[in-house]
Amino acid sequence: MGAYLLRRLIAAALILLGVSFITFVLLYVLPADPVRQIAGRSATPATVESIRQQLGLDQPFLVQYGRYLAGLAQGDLGRSYLQKTDVATLIAARLPASLMLMAGGILCELALGLSMGVIAALSRGRFTDQALMMASFVTVSAPQFVVSLLLLYVFAVRLEWFPIGGYGTLAHLALPALTLGILGSGWYARMMRSSMIDVLRADFIRTARAKGLSRARVVLRHALPNAALPVIAMIGIDIGVFMGGIVVVESVFGWPGIGQLAWQAIQRVDIPIIMGVTLVSACAIVAGNLLADVIAPFIDPRITLR
Amino acid sequence: MTMPPLAGPPLAPPPLAAPIRPRPAGALARLMRRKLALFGMALIALVAAGAAFAPLIAPYAPDTQHFDGLTMEGAPMPPGGAFPMGTDLLGRDLFSRILYGARTSLVIGVAANGLALAIGTLVGVTAGYFRGWIGAALMRFTDLMMAFPALLLAICLAAIFQPSLWIVAMVIALVNWAQTARVINAETASLATRDFIAAERTLGASQGRILFRHILPHLAPTIIVWGTLGISTTVLLEATLSFLGVGVQPPTPSWGNIIFENQTYFQAAPWLVFIPGAAIILLALAFNLVGDALRDELDPTQRGRG
Repeated sequence: MGAYLLRRLIAAALILLGVSFITFVLLYVLPADPVRQIAGRSATPATVESIRQQLGLDQPFLVQYGRYLAGLAQGDLGRSYLQKTDVATLIAARLPASLMLMAGGILCELALGLSMGVIAALSRGRFTDQALMMASFVTVSAPQFVVSLLLLYVFAVRLEWFPIGGYGTLAHLALPALTLGILGSGWYARMMRSSMIDVLRADFIRTARAKGLSRARVVLRHALPNAALPVIAMIGIDIGVFMGGIVVVESVFGWPGIGQLAWQAIQRVDIPIIMGVTLVSACAIVAGNLLADVIAPFIDPRITLR
Repeated sequence: MTMPPLAGPPLAPPPLAAPIRPRPAGALARLMRRKLALFGMALIALVAAGAAFAPLIAPYAPDTQHFDGLTMEGAPMPPGGAFPMGTDLLGRDLFSRILYGARTSLVIGVAANGLALAIGTLVGVTAGYFRGWIGAALMRFTDLMMAFPALLLAICLAAIFQPSLWIVAMVIALVNWAQTARVINAETASLATRDFIAAERTLGASQGRILFRHILPHLAPTIIVWGTLGISTTVLLEATLSFLGVGVQPPTPSWGNIIFENQTYFQAAPWLVFIPGAAIILLALAFNLVGDALRDELDPTQRGRG
């Protein structure tokens, strides 16, 4: 276990190094010149040149990347070109909002997905099952922005149950979290359904039934926990989907998280912020995958880590 | 629109020495018998027909701004009357734009996904068959790509390059090939250790012969399944990029950028968001339904789980 973890951590560090390098290369070859953006249109060539020097953008590529890595080692993600603030500070200020949104989204998708999966498994082959599986297909086929706008229109514009956008209260959180939850629920519904069907076939369920337990008790106490655990353990893998989803959902709902930060930075070519958010997202994805792999053997002892 | 099920004389019993290989032709016939797959194929055929015959079907040119396309107050016209789906903010016929937008979706869906599939297959087969340091390096690179937040990367890339139809297709291909590479790699690696490949090698078959005559045909079902499912992902990604304004650029209509152009007005004119939104969901759903049915038919390990 220790050796396995160490190896995985080293691999994760290498992957993140690679991600930082590729992102840096992409942003370095960027045709849109950030210096012009900062300096404004009326700047003289001399001003542009001095800003370029100030930001270190006149240096050769490898020197720039080396400096960036050196900063990274000290937890320094560089300074925003336009906001004149440390990127790390900006991201840290935005992170709680994004984490809250993710937590809400995960809660929604588990609640929706698991109940859909259980109901489908119990009514296997019947109309309810088919309708739920069709619904799960629709949720994986819907783009984030359409679901966002649909929920906004129905629940905020028409019914006026929730605010149209913004941040602060649980009511603000409801619609963006529900958007993420609906989008992720289809995947969980399918996994939960097949996991539940497998468990319902198992010998210990037959034993429980033979003991004379009620159907509800067999399903809720014996089958559900066993079926749900491996599905819930997959949350880690889902983080990657979330990291992409929050860019769109946060922009539509005006949710002040790192997704919105990234989107604003992309529009203004504020490279250090784009770079920082990409790295933070990649960290989250790598950590999520690692987490999913590490807890797997605890849930299913037949799995061994190699 | 829909073809009748392929009826015919009962199949002759296979000759005894027939190689056991999934048969795509037979699978197509079985696919026709699945209601959901049939529904999906009908939808795809409908969209494809709409795209192909757009100039014949569309009541107007997609970029004509109609004098009578706006109300007296300058608001877009609701569906009905001379404009079956209403008009957009500039007084253009929405139905015509949807029809031409189908071209964008399908062209990008097929081209970008074809490219992603080609890259993924090439990387996966090379890494799975040749192994060694090339294989290891390729798969580590694939891992690295999987650690990128795909949507964020796509948005960055699309914003960096001046987006056009083909740039968007390329960006999508570049962020979408890794999953295919992983699946194909695992499958190739397991095929390469099978006895019949060893037998071929003993008989003196060349690498090329083994690869093209024996490995690739066995990968065909996987490639077909992932190719179909991938189109759905691609359609969604294109729509999302265009919705954010970094995808296909107006005036070329795309379902995503129709929503992008009109979203400021969506509270008053919801059809401008929800008609293209429904089109995106239906097309992505169609490819998901067909891909899923194909997986059931072509992948024996998945059979009987439904």
